[in-house]
Amino acid sequence: MPASHTAEHASHDLRHHFADMEQQKETATLGMWLFLVTEVMFFGGMFCAYLLYRLDYYTAWVAGSERMNIYLGTTNTAVLICSSLTMVLAVHFAKLGNRKATAIFLILTIVLGLGFLGIKAVEYHEHWVNHEVPGPNFHFEAPKPGASLQYSPKNVEIFFSLYFAMTGLHAIHMIIGVGLLTWLLVRNARGDFSPYYNSPVEMTGLYWHFVDVVWIYLFPLLYLIRHK
Amino acid sequence: MASAAITQDEKTNYLNADYGIKSWLLTTDHKRIALLYLISITMFFFLGGFFAMLIRLELLTPAGDLVTSDTYNKLFTMHGIVMVFLFLIPAVPTVLGNFLVPMMIGAKDLAFPKLNLASWYVYMLGGGWVLYAIITGGVDTGWTFYTPYSTTFSNTNVVAAAVGIFIAGFSSIFTGINFIVTIHRMRAPGLTWRRLPLFIWSNYATSVIMVLGTPVLAITLLLVAAERLFHLGIFNAQLGGDPLLFQHLFWFYSHPAVYIMILPGMGVISEVVTCFSRKRVFGYDFVALASICIAVLGFLVWAHHMFVAGISVYAAMVFSLLTFFVAIPSAVKVFNWIATMYQGSISFETPMLYAFGFIGLFTMGGMTGLFLGSLGIDVHVHDTYFVVAHFHYVMVGGMVMAYMCGLHFWWPKITGKMYPEGWAKLSALLTFVGFNLTFFPQFILGYMGMPRRYHAYPPEFQVLNVLSTAGASVLAVGYVLPMIYFVWSLRYGQDAGPNPWRAAGLEWMTSSPPPTSNFETTPVVTWEAYNYDEIDKQQEVPVAS
Amino acid sequence: MSEHAQPTVKSFFGIWLALLVLTAITTAASFLELGPFNAIVALFIATCKASLVVLFFMEARHLPKITKVVIITALFFLGILLTLTMTDFMTRLLGR
Repeated sequence: MPASHTAEHASHDLRHHFADMEQQKETATLGMWLFLVTEVMFFGGMFCAYLLYRLDYYTAWVAGSERMNIYLGTTNTAVLICSSLTMVLAVHFAKLGNRKATAIFLILTIVLGLGFLGIKAVEYHEHWVNHEVPGPNFHFEAPKPGASLQYSPKNVEIFFSLYFAMTGLHAIHMIIGVGLLTWLLVRNARGDFSPYYNSPVEMTGLYWHFVDVVWIYLFPLLYLIRHK
Repeated sequence: MASAAITQDEKTNYLNADYGIKSWLLTTDHKRIALLYLISITMFFFLGGFFAMLIRLELLTPAGDLVTSDTYNKLFTMHGIVMVFLFLIPAVPTVLGNFLVPMMIGAKDLAFPKLNLASWYVYMLGGGWVLYAIITGGVDTGWTFYTPYSTTFSNTNVVAAAVGIFIAGFSSIFTGINFIVTIHRMRAPGLTWRRLPLFIWSNYATSVIMVLGTPVLAITLLLVAAERLFHLGIFNAQLGGDPLLFQHLFWFYSHPAVYIMILPGMGVISEVVTCFSRKRVFGYDFVALASICIAVLGFLVWAHHMFVAGISVYAAMVFSLLTFFVAIPSAVKVFNWIATMYQGSISFETPMLYAFGFIGLFTMGGMTGLFLGSLGIDVHVHDTYFVVAHFHYVMVGGMVMAYMCGLHFWWPKITGKMYPEGWAKLSALLTFVGFNLTFFPQFILGYMGMPRRYHAYPPEFQVLNVLSTAGASVLAVGYVLPMIYFVWSLRYGQDAGPNPWRAAGLEWMTSSPPPTSNFETTPVVTWEAYNYDEIDKQQEVPVAS
Repeated sequence: MSEHAQPTVKSFFGIWLALLVLTAITTAASFLELGPFNAIVALFIATCKASLVVLFFMEARHLPKITKVVIITALFFLGILLTLTMTDFMTRLLGR
């Protein structure tokens, strides 16, 4: 009975152009990693801009970074790390075929993801109130002559432009991730996943962890420049 | 004979397996998706060609009398955007590659059939955005979107065009991922890497560039759009932004994109040259590795587009040197094709004529690229018609020739029908003659100092410009003619049979047009690629049994 | 719940704890005056954290060789983008 059950599962979930489930799974994994490569290059373009301007306008970078809310930033980093843990557990239980535990951890991941976005929104709001959003509304005090940190407020606007571009794009990735997790939750409830077929959970997990890794770099690069 | 023809007709293939518009728009069959791409890409090719015709008409006379300078700016911009992003980059991979990659490696389909269909929809969506930008007033930044003009000063639809290209970029990325995974994971038993057709190698290298480069263009255009829409200040020189940063990021993709365009074409030529020389390709390993080398080295040379833009002299020397390196693998390919022909039994069917055209024109395009890669000469001819002629020799003389070559070579496989050989030879000839007449005068014009991107010019340049416009008309006939006889052949063409060229390769071992699953049974490969000596031996020996 | 005392689950929690500790360290270190080492420390810790996530949560340790090559290729070309762009900016003012 278990053997025939396995075979039935396999034939149902195997797409016609693959020889067996293992080939199908390896194919999905390789495809997902290649997609992550494109994501690395995608964010890479912005890291390139960041590196150039940081070298050119280091003092403005310090001035801009000092306006970051380091406590909210650190909290958000912790939130994202926790969500990675719940994600990895969701994948783990999906592989074991435990639908209930999978659902619980998917929900936890969604909640943590939304929490991250909420905290980010609070930070954005603070920046808006403080006139730190680039554009006509932007205003940044010039340093007093003789102050230890000399910078041009214009250059600080570049810092904030990059800050919003990088964290904004990261937030969009988070929103997409939450959408994917919700879709997984529905499919999990429908009983689509089993120990033989759980690639969507695993692939979404890879994506989620990747978004986490991007933040792990964004955090020190944007929040933690505190010395000239 | 008659009975054989009837069974051929009755056989279900991918074309008659299912009917109705829905069976096409929702298909996941790589062969049908290839045809969807073929139709849409041809459409964009003629749209881009239409802009080119207007440009050439304007340049018929020295005075700027046909269109205003603003309109002219839009014309060459839209010609560039449509041709580069919506034709040259996707053409060979998505049409021929989509059709052939699974067949050449003995697979039933690409690894991700739904992603493949999605890539077509994404392409159409991106193309739609670009069309929208064109219809609602056009863009005038040049296809390169240089800042600060694109971010600050241009009053045209920069955002719509940039978003269109951004979206179309994802179609490239999807195709690239699909090819790489397919080639790694879906090869038939016995089909080792060193037995792969060179077309597969070149598409693999292309896919690597697509996956690594396209995202950088995507983010760059996104930042330009964000700068216009949300007043971000990343390239803004008023805030201290570096205008060259945009050029670095743009060319990091857009130079390798040249290899996205030419590499699959080189793959086509390798297939055709071996088939019509009846010989195994000379130096298989070198040709295969050259593809990978081009993909890698292609990423190291981008700043040669920026020699006069104010980059550091030291960096310019480094990039100039690296530019010379990338010529080596390209030359390896050319020499190996010629060595393949040497002492082969060459026949002059249409695809081979196109291949001859490719080799000659690509060599000229490549060699003039070395002129431009040399710092001193580049300062003299930068932004003149010399540059225009150079990249058209590579793009049109190289890539479009290779695309036409591939279409003629695999048309019998795709449709099961033969086109009229005489007309096809004529069109190959017209294309070659028309092309040279169009673009060779531009080398001279550029060397004499005629700058690109102006709608008026001094009267002493008129003779060469008239020649160029005349050539463009011949070239247009050379492109329209195949359209007509290809469509004609669908109804009236002779049945091609599975292998009209007696070519090697798995795709020729199944019926034409192929069945939906490509092969009745998964093939097992026990032979090397391009085993033409064995194929010809089998045909010479009278069948005993 | 599946009550197998899975060693993997335990190791996931271990990695999680390590990531949280490293986050605390990197924030704390940013308050110290270390000169150029502030940036080095911050990036070193970030790389440690990223490696932990990639190797353990994304299970890059058990991937087939080809996928590992894919990852390394991505980092290599990101490096090319950054270094070759910088060859221009870093040397532009030399000799003026």
